Order: sequence, then structure tokens, then C-alpha cells
Amino acid sequence: MEEGEDTLFGLLARIGRPVPDHRPWPRHVTDRAGWLTLIENLGVADWSLLGLWGEPAAVHAALRAEAAGEVAVISLPCPEGRFPSLSAVRPAAIRLERAACDLFGLTAEGISDDRPWLDHGHWGVRHPLADAPEQGATAVPYPFLKAEGHGLHQIPVGPVHAGIIEPGHFRFTANGETVVRLEERLGYVHKGLEGLMRGKTPTDAARIVARLSGDSTVAHSIAFAQAVEAALGVDIPPRAVWLRALMAELERVANHLGDIGAVCNDAAFSFLLAELGQLRELVLRAADSCFGHRLMMDRVVPGGVALDIAETGPKRLFDLTAELRRRFAPLVAVYDGKASLQDRTLSTGIVTTGLAARFGAGGFVGRASGRGLDARKAPGYAPYIELEFEVPVLTEGDVNARLWIRIREVEQSLSLIDQILRRMPGVPRGPDGITPPPLASMPAGRGGEGMALVESFRGEILTWVRVDADGTIGRCHPRDPSWFQWPLLEAAIEGNIVADFPLCNKSFNCSYSGHDL
Amino acid sequence: MFKHILRSLTGGPVTEASPGPSETALAELAGRVDRASKARLGRSLSIRQVDAGSCNGCELEIHALNNPVYDVERFGIRFVASPRHADVLLVTGPVTRNMADALRRTWEATPDPKWVVACGACAIDGGVFAGSYACVGAVEAVLPVDLRIPGCPPRPAELLAGLLALLERNATAP
Repeated sequence: MEEGEDTLFGLLARIGRPVPDHRPWPRHVTDRAGWLTLIENLGVADWSLLGLWGEPAAVHAALRAEAAGEVAVISLPCPEGRFPSLSAVRPAAIRLERAACDLFGLTAEGISDDRPWLDHGHWGVRHPLADAPEQGATAVPYPFLKAEGHGLHQIPVGPVHAGIIEPGHFRFTANGETVVRLEERLGYVHKGLEGLMRGKTPTDAARIVARLSGDSTVAHSIAFAQAVEAALGVDIPPRAVWLRALMAELERVANHLGDIGAVCNDAAFSFLLAELGQLRELVLRAADSCFGHRLMMDRVVPGGVALDIAETGPKRLFDLTAELRRRFAPLVAVYDGKASLQDRTLSTGIVTTGLAARFGAGGFVGRASGRGLDARKAPGYAPYIELEFEVPVLTEGDVNARLWIRIREVEQSLSLIDQILRRMPGVPRGPDGITPPPLASMPAGRGGEGMALVESFRGEILTWVRVDADGTIGRCHPRDPSWFQWPLLEAAIEGNIVADFPLCNKSFNCSYSGHDL
Repeated sequence: MFKHILRSLTGGPVTEASPGPSETALAELAGRVDRASKARLGRSLSIRQVDAGSCNGCELEIHALNNPVYDVERFGIRFVASPRHADVLLVTGPVTRNMADALRRTWEATPDPKWVVACGACAIDGGVFAGSYACVGAVEAVLPVDLRIPGCPPRPAELLAGLLALLERNATAP
């Protein structure tokens, strides 16, 4: 940043006024002129877009200045239901703005793509989360973007796919074997999650957010819990902080192991799927024996955790990490030594570093393309601040790079699990010998606004929440990392052959449900 | 690589014993499977899984059925790519309104005789998503359901027990 230019905090102080009771980062409310100044500044500054979400008469954007470590939310009241689009300066905003339009009826002025996104015309209602939803709706054909040229043909795929996968539609335009354009159409698994959370107590809403994306149930539950705890100023028992991290790392390892195997299987190398599938099963069974649920759903709740680890848990997990270390490394060597397998993964599905940065992609998609951000490090949260681990970064941006990032992350997470087990505060013992679960009670009759940035296996989750004065959820927006990764898949496949799409897709493994909300 | 193969050869299979058919599922299926279908299916089932709005939790556990520990194919049960090859639709999720049409069309593309299994809490009654503007709710609201496998998500052993009941009932139908 050149001298004389605003910092993010500096600009927000100039164009907006701070909102009290928004934690831990500031929120500013601006006016239309201030919003336009923001857009102007986004054109030159390298601040990344963390999220954009609507309310019945307002739009919010979360931004981060990476170098300065500043995170902030800016809000624009839009009583007439219109706001100037951020999409020209932050293309990652396009789908978020289309979603805000579908759900709240907010029009993004100047958006380059004004087609509906989550609304397919089947809900029987338009703008369901607006103050006055319009009853009745009809499905209209969705106009796909054009690709014209000699010898081009289209291949429609989905929403029901050939495998055991979530539903979505992919429209390929190909020239022979080569993909000229891929366009995604998502929204098939939109469940109205944000609407369902409204008016619920944080504890009830947590059960819904735990089912936003089953593979990231722990991470989304942590993000929601942290946001609520920030909003209400609740301090949770230290042991709960460590137990959450323990579950989050188990979830990360389980997902990476399964996906590394699945990517290799998509290159017809089923051996690694069979072997890594067994390792994944070991992790899930250990999770089950420690926390009573294979995916550890509903174990992280606002205020702490719903139950402590089983007494035999720590020993079981030490054994697990030892066994995984023993068995994982030789399998990685198999991957590394198979030229015919790497022939499929090397230089396939490249995401350039520039594109990953423009879309603010996180997780292994970002880290394989030079973007080394990890919410556990920056802005960072407990207990990771006290733990030693590395964030692997590569720049090749191909399927192989994404695989290697995940391999390295498995190794790091195994180390983290051991560190957490060794350093976790002990079980508090009550005078009568009864040990209460590490759970703080939630204050009643208090409101506030909070947000959290939490690293799921897929990347950074942003969750923003407003708790109303009656203690129920007024508005909650959980932004899955997939929002900023799905658009890059369209770019990654361009120029590759159709047969490499499963490989590229699995190497991203974006969430449909997490994105569709 | 060769070391791995050698160890697999000498170490014996990692596959676990069958959990046996679920009694509750057998009871639910009583009378659902007739002689005609028995003759058609023998002792195998082809399953087309349809995610009708699930959070992906059920899919993760259905995937696990294919790993060497559960190895569902040893029972003659396999997952197929097309509804046209399927005997069973294994449906997950609270049937989002955006997926209801695709689910119906998948069912229409499945040849008779066919069964529908509602897998998981959402597919059975909408789960935590019941009552949303964006969900139809139970699979039963869209398709006739023959078997329900509860759980959020059901464990692989529970899925297996339910599917084995379907196979068992099918093989012993009068």
C-alpha cells in the first residue's frame, strides 16, 4: 500500500460510524456515498472479500486487509432494496449478491450477472427472507452462458450425478474432448437454513448449523459457537477450547484421508482408495469411541462442548496417531512413485496464483496456488496460538499440488492432535466427584453481534450472527469456504479434457450443501 | 506397492462379519416383496443413491459401505450409476423443493419392480429442516417409501443391516 492511502480501518472510520456491541472485529455502517468510496478503494487496495450477506433492508460485507491483519464488516442500509454491486472489483461477490437478491430481494446495481442463483422458482414464494415475501413463483428456464464456435457441443451433467455425490448441474461446452467452458448451476440443495435459524435459541440453532455440511459439521459448529459467544461476551471453559480443536483436527484428518484416496480412485487407482478408506474408518471409529458420534455432530455447542472426551479417549487417540503415521507414509510413497498416476494429476486442472488471490480462495485450493492463509494462524484463535504447526503452500495449482497440500496437512494435524492431548487442561473434578461437561451457560435476555473465522478442512468459514435482545437468533450467515472455490473450478477445467473433470472436481471437493445453504 | 500387496495376501481380509439383517427393517418390509420380484432379483440388489438435499453426512457413511471394512459388494449389493440399472433408490435429505422434480424423474426412470429406501432422519421426516419454505419434507411426500433407515446419519453397520433385510425379505418371500 502506498503512503497516503487509507488502511482498511482508516477508510471505514472515514466513511462509516462504528456499531457498538459487535465483536471481536468492528462493524461500521455507511451510506451510499461511503459504499461507492469503498468500491473505489477496493479497486486499488488488496483487501480480500470475506463474505457478503443480506438482511431485509441492509447489506453487509466483511473485508480483510491481510498484511495489516485487519478484519471488519461494513454495512449499507438499503431501504429501497438496492445497493451498488461489488462484483466489478471483487468477482467473488457475484454469487453472494445473487443469493442476497434471491433471499431478500436486494438488487445489486451494476452486477454483471443478474440471473437468479439459489431460487429455481420452486419455493412457491419469492424473496422468502424479506420482510414481505411475495407469494407464488414459477420456474423459468435458466439461460446458460453462451459458448459459440465451430464444432462445439454441450454436455449437461446433473443434478443427479453418477456417483454417491451431492446434486448440482454442470454444463460443459466441449470441442471434441477439450472443455471450452464449464458453467456450474447450484442451489439444488438449498434448504432455507438461514430462515430456519431465525427466532431459535442459539442452542437450537446450533443443531441446524451442524447440518449445513456434514463433512465440516465440527468446523461449522465451532464457527457458529464462537460467533454467538463473541456476540454475548461468553467465556467458555478452557478445556472446551482444546476439545473443540481436537475434534476439528480429527475431522480434518478423516476428510483428507478419504479425499486423497478418492482423487486417486478417479484416476482409476483404486488401491489407494481401499487403503486410505481403511485409515479414514479408523479415525471415524476413534471419534465415535471418544465422543459418541462418528462425525462428531452436535458435540460442539454454544458455551463449550456437549460432552467431555471418554475416559479411554486420550489413549485411544495416541494409538490412532501412531498407527496413522506408521501406515500413511508408505501409502504416500506409493502415490509419489507411480508415474502413471501422476501422469493424470500433474499439470491437470491448474488454478493460477492470480486467480486464487482474486477470488480470495482459502484451504488447500488457495494454498496449492500460493495463497497461504489459514484462519488458525491469522487472525488465529485459541488454542492454535499456543500450538506448533506449519501451513504448507505450493504454487503449481494443479491436482497434484492440491493432493500434496492435503498430505502435508494430514501430517500437521496428527502432530496437532498429539500436542492437544498432551497440553489439554485436566478434567475439573467437583467436590462430589461428579465432573460437569465443559460448558458455560448462555446468558438470557441479552443480545449482540459477533463473528468468527474458523478453519475447516476445506478452508476458512466466516460466520456472522446477531442475537436479538430476547436471546434468539435475529440473523445468522454461515459462509462456507466453497463460495470462493466453486468459481475457480470453472477456470481450472478450461482446456482440460472432459475425462479429467472428476479428478479436478474431487481435488477441489467443494461443498454443495454448505454453499446452497 | 508390492510390500502392500504381500501384506494383504498374508494378513487376511480386513472385512468385518455381517451385522445380519435388521429385525425392525424385516418387519417393515413384510409383505412388500412378492414372488415376482423374488424371481427377478435373486440375491442381488442394485442401488441408485439419490441425494435429495442431504447435508452430505449420509453420503459419507454410504460411501463407507464400499470400503474394505464393510465391503457391501460381498452381499451382492452394489451402487450403480444410472436409475435404469437400479432396483432400489436410496434417498437422503429433506427433499428440497429444488430437487423434488429430479427425484421424481429418477424414480420414473427406474424399472419395476423397485423399492425406495428413505435413509436418515431428514429423509424420514425432514429432520431439522422440516417446515422450511425450501423443503418438501419426508421422502414419503414425494415417493412411496418401502423402508426407513433412521439415524443422523445412520452408521454404516445400520445401513448394511437395513439393506440386508431388503435382500433377505426378497430371497425368502413366499
